[in-house]
Amino acid sequence: MSEINKQTKYSSAINQTSGGVHERWRLIKDIMARYGVIAGGLGVIFAIVLIFFYLLYVVYPLFIPATAESISRYAVPEQALGKTVLLAVEEQNEVAVRFTDTGQVSFFAAATGKIILTEAVKIPEGSHIVSFAQGSPNNEGAVIYGLSDGKAVIVKHQYKITYPGNVRLITPSLAYPMGEAPLVIDESGAPLEKIAVKIGDDASTIVAKSAGKIRLSHIEKEKSLFADEAALTRTDSVLDYSAADVTGLLIDKDEHNLYLLSDAGRLGLVDIADKSAPVLIQEQNVVDAGQKITSVAFLNGDLSLMIGDSSGLVTQWSKVRDKLNRFSMQKIRSFKVSDTAVISINPEQRRKGFMTLDADGTLGIYHSTSEREMIKEHVANLHPVAAAISPRANVVLIQSDDGKLSFWKVDNEHPEVSLRSLWQEVWYESYPKPDYIWQSSSANSDFEPKYSLTPLVFGTLKAAFYAMLVAMPLALMGAIYTAYFMTSRMRQYVKPTIELMGALPTVILGFLAGLWLAPIIEEYLAGLFALFMLVPVAVMLFAFAWQYLPKAILQKIPEGWEAAILIPVILLSSWFAFSVSVPFEAMVFHGTLRDWFKTEWGIGYDQRNALVVGIAMGFAVIPSIFSIAEDAIFSVPKHLTVGSLALGATPWQTMIKVVLLTASPGIFSAVMIGLGRAVGETMIVLMATGNTPVMDLSVFQGLRTLAANIAVEMPESEVDSTHYRVLFLAALVLFMFTFVFNTLAEIIRQRLREKYSSL
Amino acid sequence: MMTSWFKSGAPWIWLNAAAVSTCLIMVVGVLGLVAVRGVGHFWPHQVTRFSYQEEGKQPRTIIGEKVDTSITPAAMAKATGFKMADDEETLVQYLIKTGNRDVTGADFLWIQARNVKEHSDPVNMMVVERREWGNFYGQLLEVKEGGKMIASGDQAWPVLQAKITDALGVYKEIAHLEKKEIGAINYALERLRLKQRKLELQNRLDDAAKQQIAEEKAGFEVEYKQYQTQLADLYQKMRRNSMVAKTESGSTLEIPLTKVVRAFQPNAMSLSDKLIHYGAKVWEFLTDDPREANTEGGIFPAIFGTVMMVMLMSVFVTPFGVIAAVYLREYAKQGFTTRLIRIAVNNLAGVPSVVYGVFGLGFFVYILGGNIDRLFFPESAPAPVYGTPGLLWASITLALLTLPVVIVSTEEGLARIPSSIREGSLALGATKLETLWLTVLPMASPAMMTGLILAVARAAGEVAPLMLVGVVKLAPALPLDGNFPFLHLDRKFMHLGFHIYDVGFQSPNVEAARPLVYATALLLVLVIVGLNLAAILIRNNLREKYRALEG
Repeated sequence: MSEINKQTKYSSAINQTSGGVHERWRLIKDIMARYGVIAGGLGVIFAIVLIFFYLLYVVYPLFIPATAESISRYAVPEQALGKTVLLAVEEQNEVAVRFTDTGQVSFFAAATGKIILTEAVKIPEGSHIVSFAQGSPNNEGAVIYGLSDGKAVIVKHQYKITYPGNVRLITPSLAYPMGEAPLVIDESGAPLEKIAVKIGDDASTIVAKSAGKIRLSHIEKEKSLFADEAALTRTDSVLDYSAADVTGLLIDKDEHNLYLLSDAGRLGLVDIADKSAPVLIQEQNVVDAGQKITSVAFLNGDLSLMIGDSSGLVTQWSKVRDKLNRFSMQKIRSFKVSDTAVISINPEQRRKGFMTLDADGTLGIYHSTSEREMIKEHVANLHPVAAAISPRANVVLIQSDDGKLSFWKVDNEHPEVSLRSLWQEVWYESYPKPDYIWQSSSANSDFEPKYSLTPLVFGTLKAAFYAMLVAMPLALMGAIYTAYFMTSRMRQYVKPTIELMGALPTVILGFLAGLWLAPIIEEYLAGLFALFMLVPVAVMLFAFAWQYLPKAILQKIPEGWEAAILIPVILLSSWFAFSVSVPFEAMVFHGTLRDWFKTEWGIGYDQRNALVVGIAMGFAVIPSIFSIAEDAIFSVPKHLTVGSLALGATPWQTMIKVVLLTASPGIFSAVMIGLGRAVGETMIVLMATGNTPVMDLSVFQGLRTLAANIAVEMPESEVDSTHYRVLFLAALVLFMFTFVFNTLAEIIRQRLREKYSSL
Repeated sequence: MMTSWFKSGAPWIWLNAAAVSTCLIMVVGVLGLVAVRGVGHFWPHQVTRFSYQEEGKQPRTIIGEKVDTSITPAAMAKATGFKMADDEETLVQYLIKTGNRDVTGADFLWIQARNVKEHSDPVNMMVVERREWGNFYGQLLEVKEGGKMIASGDQAWPVLQAKITDALGVYKEIAHLEKKEIGAINYALERLRLKQRKLELQNRLDDAAKQQIAEEKAGFEVEYKQYQTQLADLYQKMRRNSMVAKTESGSTLEIPLTKVVRAFQPNAMSLSDKLIHYGAKVWEFLTDDPREANTEGGIFPAIFGTVMMVMLMSVFVTPFGVIAAVYLREYAKQGFTTRLIRIAVNNLAGVPSVVYGVFGLGFFVYILGGNIDRLFFPESAPAPVYGTPGLLWASITLALLTLPVVIVSTEEGLARIPSSIREGSLALGATKLETLWLTVLPMASPAMMTGLILAVARAAGEVAPLMLVGVVKLAPALPLDGNFPFLHLDRKFMHLGFHIYDVGFQSPNVEAARPLVYATALLLVLVIVGLNLAAILIRNNLREKYRALEG
């Protein structure tokens, strides 16, 4: 109750009279109103707290760790069919599939293990399976079996969804995309010890190791205009590579690169863009001495390899372009996953995440670019055999040595964001080096969104810096003059005029800045610089000359009208600056200053740049700073200044030594508020910059601020997606920025008010 | 001499004065710029015929309005690649609005003054404002009705004017039928569908209900057919007439009168004609719908949307702001809580407006709106009703944004009321509420008014949050119309500030749209400056009044 006014001196006379129903009703109304008003007053605090916590509430899920829970555990269905070579789960997490080393395929309900369909891959008589490979999870479920007679069979597991009686029914089946007849890879009939396949829309590539050689077969479909059947053209080649110890083969999505791995840790990169003449580009060790490669997989997009070794380390290797435009495999980052060997790596199919299993049965889910460990959980006591992660990365299936399958649900919504990926340099795939990048969307489907807030914060601060550079001198000097030297008659008009400046909608300032000011500055850049230099000089010269005017004239003009007198001087000198700049530019810079900067200094020029923003936003910020600073200076108690003047100080000395010192907290808070406004301003930046999220200090380059970024991207971001939450985070960052500035400013002002009243 | 002058501090005072002058020049300059460009747009400009010959090319005729002139010094022109003779000091270029986008593909053309062989302003130059393809510039040849020539030569002009007036009348009728009558039927049919779906969801869709709905539907369809035949007649009537005109290249073009908004001959107009034309254009600007992707025509929906939004916002912000101010001034003990509230108020004022937009979108639209939809409008799922940006959420968001303005202003007003007045009221036996309600608040009402006006001015100019919570570039229907429940709080709306942003920056033909943007900006500036001046006047008035009371 302490906040309720206890000013008894104001309490009503009615409290002393006792009355009837009417009186009591009046009192009840009075009390009700009191609580209503208190609630309303506290509502303001509630509002600001609500905004803060709501933003936090939306942002929070970005940083919570993922969770995994075991749903069920059951015996491997049809275990007698052979050892598992591949486990997979379809999109809806209903049906799972197990491929065995004997060429049997069994489809079963993922959650219970109930068999749905078992089918054998058609293997010709007299041959048996020696190798197996998965196309890639994204590759519509294609797998390849390498046979003992140099042939290979490509099979695809596919799912048809129907809705009989409004209930979803998923029917699995097997298909042979390259025909049921096995493809001959090795004419000599040697067994295909290792194999890899990539199936594309128009072309497919198969690479196999047989008889110590690596063979490549490329089959291209050429659809002719008239025939229904597509003609197949086939290119074969044999790699010039000692393949004896090759144990892993991987082909990327474009079928341009082939990666060869040996257990000992050699990685060979082969350029197979020309299928008839593969070229070995590079060969190197990718694990520490004494360690072995125990598992390998492409990250989604097939741009980097995740290599797990026997020491429990997973390293990411990617093709990086150097300065001379040459490609080489480089280690981008590594994850210490376990102390025992990493026995399997399963990439997520939509994101740059991956799942690992170590020999102890520990499951780990990681995200590569954000370098986050999302989940680390002991899932099996016995040696795990195989694992699968569902296309939506929310279900994991693990088979362990004891013939049991575990079905786990994973909740991992936002792995791609971490404090590191938001604020530090991140090495993205196909970039030459780590960098700060904001690029939230693209037309490409396997594009990885890049959420670095650093360039946006940089842009925000850059814009605010230039705006303050323009606004601070003008606003503070103006405030000093208006509060202390100007006649009250002029002040009466000047103050509202400048406050009116603050009321101008920023969309109009932005429009003028973008479509009127920017082209002018582009054309008269030299004129603008001349303006900055010439106007102060002209003012000084005029002021110097002023005192030599005949006394008769000087006496007629009262003091405190300097600002009005100076208007024509400034107008004339600016006109002079602009008209002089063009011939001057032509003379000194042989053309335009803009071109000169470009050729001599290599500084590029954007039409909508930080300079334009600085001027336009400076214009918008001036009134906030001016108005508060002017108040602070004006309300410095008169006896201080009068005392100083009486002691013989000049007005200027009094200003500097007494007034400014006393009012400095107020001026500081004015600057804080101005800064807060500059940081959060949206429309001017949106319209007056190119909105390019670059980190360039140059005043002639564009920028993108947090606020503008929100305005541009918010309407098209999907609710509750990572992008949406990151934008909320940007809003939260803005909120905190301005909260700090404003709170500081307000506390200082409250102190100052107390100080003035005690003086 | 110099040193003593510097020592006196005078130069610094002058420099400070220069800062004030600079600020004043900037404000006046910006206002002046907007005013000059905005006002000029509607004035009928002379249409000039240039005979133009570029070096080594055939001479040709160019007809259009001179919009802009650029003068480049010879050195710079050379640097950008123009051939300059030695005796030429400057390169003068004109920007000509040639219109006829359907013929030439572009509205504007830069020409060099030195290549203009001669130019004149013939009296019979005609400007046709069209509903498609922008303006037409050329000469009228004849007027046709049903494919047959009915007037040509000198008689054509008055006949054309009469026919255009007729066509505009028919056009208005069509617009009325399509928008009002057929719109109402469509709206009623949609409501019927929702009703059916609602009954279905509640398991109350029995045969009686079905039959009733079917009957109502049939009734509407009959009405609809009637309107359709009426429309077909009107369209036919309208399509009959056309005009044939000659373009600058001498080719002829037939323009159906359905596509014509107005035709005028600016070179033949007297000053009073021009004034009338100007008035008509301004009126069209204020009261008509936009044409051609917002780059032509009027901005009425934007004005209407802005007004609706600020009115709704006022309804939300006033009571809350006044109560908070009353608490701060009249109820709370000045101490920690009031300090906290003041910090909160200052923060509310300082939080970037776009953050309000984000908050409004997430909290009001998705959380509040989403739940309202789930509870009250299950029948329209999956289409959202309140779970999508709209007028209601925009006004609440802006109410939150402008709350500090109302609080600060009301508080100032309350602070100025002498305590003797409260003491007097309390001494006479009034309760605190009665004192407030009957004496303090009425006295402070001008201050609340000031706060509200300032809040409205702020809201009218705010764009960033509105982009997220309900403003669109082109709203199909106004938020207020003749269909029950008349005020559609869930609809999206247009807004002056957003209109400026959208037309100025997102429009495909920025050059052509620019004058309209200046005009819109001028209107917005006028409204906001007017509101602010009103607020300042009221405040000054109030101060005077209480100074008298105190004395």
